[in-house]
Amino acid sequence: MSKRPRPEPVQVVKQRRDAVLNALVTGVPYIQFLGVEFERRGDELTTVMPFKDALIGNPLLPALHGGATAAFLEVTAIITLSWTSIWEDMESGVLDVSDPDNVVLPRLPKTIDFTVDYLRSGLPRDAYARAQIVRSGRRYASVRVEAWQDNRSRPYAAATGHFVMPKKPA
Amino acid sequence: MNEKIKFARQFIQALPHAVSLGMKLEELEEGIAVISMPYDEKLIGDPETGVVHGGAVSALMDTCCGAAVMSHPSNPAGTATIDLRIEYLRAATPGQTITTRAHCYHVTRSVAFVRATAVDEDSDNPVASATGTFTVEDKG
Repeated sequence: MSKRPRPEPVQVVKQRRDAVLNALVTGVPYIQFLGVEFERRGDELTTVMPFKDALIGNPLLPALHGGATAAFLEVTAIITLSWTSIWEDMESGVLDVSDPDNVVLPRLPKTIDFTVDYLRSGLPRDAYARAQIVRSGRRYASVRVEAWQDNRSRPYAAATGHFVMPKKPA
Repeated sequence: MNEKIKFARQFIQALPHAVSLGMKLEELEEGIAVISMPYDEKLIGDPETGVVHGGAVSALMDTCCGAAVMSHPSNPAGTATIDLRIEYLRAATPGQTITTRAHCYHVTRSVAFVRATAVDEDSDNPVASATGTFTVEDKG
């Protein structure tokens, strides 16, 4: 009877996943410009957009700029989609993570269209978002994203987007 | 230039997020707005090609559509986005300024309807198009 292989030590697992997520995100200047951060629980990602003055649209209210919110949702969709599509290769060892500073990742998915519903005015405070992959095929993917501020059950914006997936090497 | 357009012009040029993205209001007349956004490395979404992130184009589209609504004769003043859909037709050429033109083509008592197109220097070949609805402030 074959024995179940011994599970990897927890720090090895965490280091690998964090290194890949880090490689995925830090390479994109616009994510750094917006200041979007990523929190990982297993494979689930929550993105955080900490408030800063540069995100304000209407200074009289003040409220977050609709464009900042749209960008935040799109970043969440793209990164979650890419993260989910590389998860298996990352865990099985197909993706080479031996050098955490030089992980070679597939290209990012390309946005075909993106529709944002502005449900409430974005308050001048931190925003959070999670994406749900409705369907991800070989070529196309459909993703839903929701963003909230104080209450998870009261989203302030939601979006649906379609994406072209990067070609996998033959 | 009438007072409303003047106010809208000042308001749009003072939006902190638009300023931080380097947007410039090129034209503003009744229901039509043109805004440009010069290329900048901080806007890159695809590090391999240097193509600007879709989110930055969204922000440009949203600002431009909102500006078109604000400048429309039947809208009293401010506005907020209800929904905005963007279609990414092709990658914008790295290094080139992106310019958006928005037209607020219909306004009811409560809703303004807008269409917009974004181009880079190859202006016959749009990079993105958008359709959106915006709130109209209550006159009451």
